[in-house]
Amino acid sequence: MAIDIKEIIKPENIVYKKSSLLTDNVMHYCPGCTHGVVNRLVAEVIEEMGIQEETIGVTPVGCAVLLYNYIDIDWQEAAHGRAPALGTAIKRLRPDRYVFTYQGDGDLAAIGTAETIHACNRGEKIVMIFINNGIYGMTGGQMAPTTLEGMKTATSPFGRDASHDGLPIKITEIVATLPGTSYVTRQAAHTANSVRKLKKALKKAFLNQKEGKGTSFIEVVSTCSSGWKLNPVDSNKWMEDNMFPYFPLGDIKDE
Amino acid sequence: MAKVQGAIEVNEFTCKGCSLCVEACPTDVIRLAKEVNAKGYNFAYMFDPEACNGCSNCAMVCPDSCITVYRVKLAETA
Ligand SMILES: Cc1ncc(C[n+]2csc(CCOP(=O)(O)OP(=O)(O)O)c2C)c(N)n1
Ligand code: SF4
Ligand code: SF4
Repeated sequence: MAIDIKEIIKPENIVYKKSSLLTDNVMHYCPGCTHGVVNRLVAEVIEEMGIQEETIGVTPVGCAVLLYNYIDIDWQEAAHGRAPALGTAIKRLRPDRYVFTYQGDGDLAAIGTAETIHACNRGEKIVMIFINNGIYGMTGGQMAPTTLEGMKTATSPFGRDASHDGLPIKITEIVATLPGTSYVTRQAAHTANSVRKLKKALKKAFLNQKEGKGTSFIEVVSTCSSGWKLNPVDSNKWMEDNMFPYFPLGDIKDE
Repeated sequence: MAKVQGAIEVNEFTCKGCSLCVEACPTDVIRLAKEVNAKGYNFAYMFDPEACNGCSNCAMVCPDSCITVYRVKLAETA
């Protein structure tokens, strides 16, 4: 090689490093889990915007329950599905703070459907981050409202049957119809390109909050390799082939 | 045109061997080690350092923030 590697690995040549807002705790997520990527991006956006001291996050019940151990900001832990209600209270009491919620599909689109819809309908000035991996990851891979038709889970061993369970809910399209939402988008985090786009979307959502706009809602179509029983690389492929046609990526609303 | 040379450092203690960086690298720099770390994972390492251009794609997809990316511009050679 033209140049000694020791000449390259120097602090002045760094083009990417772990966000200083991320703690030294090793994330508990399974290898390759999308939660880790999105946790990281949230930290990067807060760091780049310089709003560490002004940001309060609300963690869900689900695999992201321990998120408060990973990003060095203020947090509250909500009961299952209640993050948007708690986020509402925090933002109303502390309108000077940036408030965001972070939830899985079981949390946001099953047990917490009412909180999700009403927070969005009221146009709460918060950022809602929604990790849609089509399954209940934490509890062992049960069917979620977002589980695809025919998809096998612990509670749909023969595949989701639409005549019995209905079709997967597109909660993101539903909240986009509500006048309270200002920005609704569906993103992914499986390639470098999609990660860069998701980061832009997250930043836009936090900037919307700064401008006092209504709810910003960001879905991230995600994998759960443990629940899906695939390795992380094959999970990404499966997501592209099966999740993206039903949950297409892109902005749904931007006002 | 000035050429660039990149390099990555992988935190082999926190790497979980998910292999997403191996897939993301456009120039096949990364492989998983045959040995395992304390948690039993085959961690990622630079198998072909010369091929790295410092694009940071690997770090973008890493769920565990294990990768630091470096890049230098090489002096133009006639
Ligand atoms: C009131 C209540 N009901 C049920 C549970 C069990 N429970 C824990 S996590 C979870 C679902 C998590 O799935 P999801 O929100 O999709 O998050 P993921 O783990 O996939 O990230 C359930 C049903 C609980 N903790 N509390
Ligand atoms: S069970 Fe699924 S969602 Fe939970 S950490 Fe593992 S891969 Fe991620
Ligand atoms: S920085 Fe780019 S070229 Fe270098 S190892 Fe990472 S993905 Fe490959």
